[in-house]
Amino acid sequence: MGLRLEKRADSPLWLNLLLPLAAVTAALVLCSGLIAMAGANPIAAYWAMFSGALGTRFNLVETLVKAAPLIFTGLAVAVAFRAKFWNIGAEGQLLAGAMAAAFIGAREDLPTGVLVPAMIAGGALAGALWALVPALLKTHFRVDDVVSSLLLNFVLFYVMMALLDGPWKDPLSGYPDSPDIRLDAEFPILLEATRLHLGIFLSLVAAPLVWFLMARTTLGFAIRAVGENPVAARYAGFNIAAVIVATAAISGALAGLAGVGEVAGIHFQVMAGLSPGYGYTGIVIAMLARLNPLGVVPAAIYLSIIITGAEAMSRATGVPVFVAEVIQGASLLTMLAALLFTTHRLRITGQAHG
Amino acid sequence: MAEPGRAPLLAMSGICKSFGAVCANQAVDLVVRAGDVVGLLGENGAGKTTLMNILFGAYAADDGEIQVDGRPVTIDSPADALALGIGMVHQHFHLVPSHTVLENLMVGQKGRAGRLDVAAARARLGEIAERYGLALDGDALVGDLAIGEQQRLEIVKALYHGARILILDEPTAVLTPQEADSLFQALKSMVAAGGEGAGGMGIIFISHKLREVRALTNRIVVMRRGRVVATLDDVAGVSDRQLAELMCGREVTPPVRPQATAGEPLLSLRQINTGGGRRSRLKDLSLEVLGGRILGIAGVSGNGQGELANVIAGTLKPVSGQIRVGGKPVPRPSPRALQRLGVGRIPEDRIGTGLLISLPLTDSMVLPLVHRPPFSRFGLLNRRAIKDFVETQIERFAIQADGAEARTGTLSGGNLQKALLARELSIDPLVLLAAQPTRGLDVAAAGFVHEQFLDLRARGRAIVLISEDLEELFLLSDEIAVIYEGRITDPIPIEQATVRQIGLLMTGAGGTA
Repeated sequence: MGLRLEKRADSPLWLNLLLPLAAVTAALVLCSGLIAMAGANPIAAYWAMFSGALGTRFNLVETLVKAAPLIFTGLAVAVAFRAKFWNIGAEGQLLAGAMAAAFIGAREDLPTGVLVPAMIAGGALAGALWALVPALLKTHFRVDDVVSSLLLNFVLFYVMMALLDGPWKDPLSGYPDSPDIRLDAEFPILLEATRLHLGIFLSLVAAPLVWFLMARTTLGFAIRAVGENPVAARYAGFNIAAVIVATAAISGALAGLAGVGEVAGIHFQVMAGLSPGYGYTGIVIAMLARLNPLGVVPAAIYLSIIITGAEAMSRATGVPVFVAEVIQGASLLTMLAALLFTTHRLRITGQAHG
Repeated sequence: MAEPGRAPLLAMSGICKSFGAVCANQAVDLVVRAGDVVGLLGENGAGKTTLMNILFGAYAADDGEIQVDGRPVTIDSPADALALGIGMVHQHFHLVPSHTVLENLMVGQKGRAGRLDVAAARARLGEIAERYGLALDGDALVGDLAIGEQQRLEIVKALYHGARILILDEPTAVLTPQEADSLFQALKSMVAAGGEGAGGMGIIFISHKLREVRALTNRIVVMRRGRVVATLDDVAGVSDRQLAELMCGREVTPPVRPQATAGEPLLSLRQINTGGGRRSRLKDLSLEVLGGRILGIAGVSGNGQGELANVIAGTLKPVSGQIRVGGKPVPRPSPRALQRLGVGRIPEDRIGTGLLISLPLTDSMVLPLVHRPPFSRFGLLNRRAIKDFVETQIERFAIQADGAEARTGTLSGGNLQKALLARELSIDPLVLLAAQPTRGLDVAAAGFVHEQFLDLRARGRAIVLISEDLEELFLLSDEIAVIYEGRITDPIPIEQATVRQIGLLMTGAGGTA
């Protein structure tokens, strides 16, 4: 008796839906060991986590509030990875979008009507431009996009901090924060007495739009073709560099929109703790969603539940909130392992050999 | 040696092997005696490779027995096979070009206390050269050897490691006809030198080229769909036609190339030079193909066929020279520019260059066409039109696929080529570039491809056929030109061309334009 991996011819739809669920479950089971080590009952801890994230109206809204930037960064990564443009730089592109939004939103010379659209457009543009740096380095100088896009996150973060400690510092604040944006630049609240802002609506609209772009347009076709087989795409007449640059711009713009939402809907300024790694979590989300833009929404909500619920879990059971990050990491690893089963199946072999 | 009797060198009996529902080998028997050269003949997918992989320890058989010298053996790995004296020479060389012949022989050999015994290796090389007539200069760099010599080195390497049963997998794919003949001479004398008793040698020669199998072997085993369908001891008494029919299980009729009138020049390359310092760089290459004509390009692999194909496809920009398609100059050649002017392309590597293997067939089949109506308008895909198109092509070309949305990689090699051909013919090309269009295809699929070419020719279009298969070139071409080290000969009308002459030109002997 033995187990043997065999190639499978196709991956049916049910399998594609089941795999992320299986991966998530496996990650939670794996992490229950850690929770037990921290001295809590894993079932009670997970109960506290999920009820803490979903149990009350307030918590549910907070989970959605957290999900909004994650949906945007998840979409950003999903689009880029489809073209095998390994954009690890959604974090930096998010910050670029946030800075543009905070800058535009604080300007006194803009009329109210154009303020919010200008922040959205400016944030998307800033994210796109920042994403073009690793894209052009890749297409023109063959610089590895993983390394350049990752390292540019730190470049942008420290440029931002230098500005916040210097010319851009809010004179009324003791901290390195940017000045608040104008009141009429804030995103409208969609549900009274909550933080459910316009950005959440935008993220939920963005997912199907990105899906449409990828599945129904020639640009989406080109992105898929270049990612799948650049040699064949070039032979067929596609301009690989142009497709990569376009992909990067779309990806960066989406990540930039995550930053716009955080500034215009939550913080109303730019400061050091603006993003607790939303750009990196976007990678986990995109992988859990198997790069499907529609799958990004549930994947982002799942991770948002983990992040929001971890604090409730910590309060109720004393398990450190850092477990949330372990669960994120474990989910990514189990998902990557699960991807094997889209191309292979396990077979129990009856006959022992040799 | 224990009493060897007349036990054959190798006896495989009742070998079965399945992959999922596919039965690759079913009750296969194969016997090799000392002094034998056994031809293993069959189409792609007939089970030849599976059988040899079982013999070489790459797969475990589901059932059956292998005996070497009359003793049952278990072969779990290539190392086991080598220890039993089974050596394999692959189609593609496994040599280190920057090392010498001796160093290549010693690869994988464990030295004593970390030192390699070069003197012993040299002595052994001399022994092999003397005994089997396979002379090689031990100090020559492998990269400097001619292809035929590299092939010889592969065989010497197997003998050096103690092979008595030698498996040759399509060994002539990279050789000129003359080189192939001298290889056969060497193999025959090698087997003869080994004698028929203990310590003798046997060869299993895998091929689908009838001419070669007949020239070399004293017994032919024909496989079809995983079974041995015939074992022929009288090689001389069987005709090519009979062999072909045994191989594909039905009558084979070669296509006829009807008379057709030549039209205007549809493709002309003038004084094309490409960059880079490679031997295969194109040098002042000119050619012209008229409508209603097939120009065959012969040559040993790596002499510039790839560069020529890429120039015509638009992926390689010449540093100088002029390309005209349909009489119009192409000032800035690119894949899209050439396609627009009506150049259809069948790339040599259909999987790597032509198709999107893990995406649906719909994506693969509109890859170069997606920007045109009706497949898209204003950047939006028309999925209905794409699906209709693909379904029509599937029907028209009888492509075996699980629907238009089937993953491209689930199609067989022959069906992938049909899909590619359907796609390129759908633009109704003025010029069709086809590089190695039937490599790896079975007889039926290759015949289909050939018919399509002749049909296109009858409609007055021009075809550039780059092939390493001389039989194919002689079957289809109106003219044959030979490419050697980036230069091309004047085309020779097919009526005047002989295999011998083309073979000589392939080695660079005389006649370059």
